[in-house]
Amino acid sequence: MNLDLQGFGPALAAGMLMTIQLALSALCLGLVLGLLGALAKTSPNRALKWLGGTYSTLVRGIPELLWVLLIYFGTVSSMRAIGHFFGIPNLSLSAFAAGVIALGLCFGAYATEVFRGAMLAIPKGHREAGLALGLSRSRIFIKLVMPQMWRIALPGLGNLFMILMKDTALVSVIGLEEVMRHAQIAVTTTKQPFTFYMVAAFMYLGMTALSMIGLAWLERRASVGFVRSAS
Amino acid sequence: MSWEFILKWLPKLLQGATLTLELVAIAVVAGLILAIPMGIARASRNPYVRALPYAYIFFFRGTPLLVQLFLVYYGLAQFDAITQSALWPYLREPFFCAALTMTLHTTAYIAEILRGAIQAVPVGEVEAGRALGMSRGKALLYIILPRAARIGLPAYSNEVILMLKASALASTVTLLDITGMARTINARTYMPEQTFFIAGIIYLVMSFALVQGFKLLERYLRVDASQGR
Repeated sequence: MNLDLQGFGPALAAGMLMTIQLALSALCLGLVLGLLGALAKTSPNRALKWLGGTYSTLVRGIPELLWVLLIYFGTVSSMRAIGHFFGIPNLSLSAFAAGVIALGLCFGAYATEVFRGAMLAIPKGHREAGLALGLSRSRIFIKLVMPQMWRIALPGLGNLFMILMKDTALVSVIGLEEVMRHAQIAVTTTKQPFTFYMVAAFMYLGMTALSMIGLAWLERRASVGFVRSAS
Repeated sequence: MSWEFILKWLPKLLQGATLTLELVAIAVVAGLILAIPMGIARASRNPYVRALPYAYIFFFRGTPLLVQLFLVYYGLAQFDAITQSALWPYLREPFFCAALTMTLHTTAYIAEILRGAIQAVPVGEVEAGRALGMSRGKALLYIILPRAARIGLPAYSNEVILMLKASALASTVTLLDITGMARTINARTYMPEQTFFIAGIIYLVMSFALVQGFKLLERYLRVDASQGR
């Protein structure tokens, strides 16, 4: 079988770059949201605890596609109001920004649970040792909890990243020119839907396979010095 | 948010909810049935048998559901052999395509859940059955599968919730499920905040009901009591 992309190769490659940018940007936002969510959920403050819990349940119960649509279409009037306030006419979220926010929000909700589990897995004695040494709560978190937490959270975060990678395809629905959107454009001109969607499928497969390798490397790196218990 | 708006459009969205439920029910039930042989093969000790479903699972877990859906719904029409076959009246229908793709997709995930569950069945219990003179097939049917079903049930309930959310993609092939209905209402009224908000609430209620239902099922199957080793 010889594959003829009919000149759409570069466009698809550009789409792949866009997909990777989208996934990495959403990952950054999601990690921050996840950390904040986990901190809120484990905090002794009841209001914060409620906020963290509501965030993770609410976001996890609603489909990713609906979040993409809600953030893209649902913020038009409020963004316009904000733009009006600052004197910028017709301010609105780009498809990329809406995609990053929606996917980051969803990633963060799941990451909240992963981080919370990782925080709880750290022996209480470590925290108490920090307190005994007179470290402040924030320093205990940054210097003691965080470095140990990453190692435990990494496999869970890796799974979430794979899901995020595949969810980037949803942003094509609001017109962002990533892999899926370029494949759709190619299909409308060439009338070869199977060929182009298959190419897109293999591009995603390549990206997930690559991130699997990268994650395995990260996990190996993070667990240097830890003996795997025989299970 | 006005009550008038909710009262006017809620019936439409609930109508979409029935379509969503149908899609999810078909996918998770048919997916479970297809996944049982695949999961057993994946847990096999023979490396050739184990490798057999691997490519299937790798493809369906490594690509987005949206791509799979477009491959089935738009992609298959590229081949004359398919458009002229007896299956074409079905493969032309968006509902059939969505149900088929979701089933194939969830089969891959459920098969992996089953593999994990089968491998988590304590070896001693299987050996006890074999020592009592059970054949391999009997041990599989009476010991491994009932045990694996209980071990895998929590993960399966997660997969059902994920499928509920994934079913929103059916709206991209013109189906009027909850999301599809919401997009239509949004196009007509241009009230995206309200419309998508109500649609989100319906999804939340549905996933909450599913979670509670699975909790009842877990209690009925005494999942907690059978976890002790």
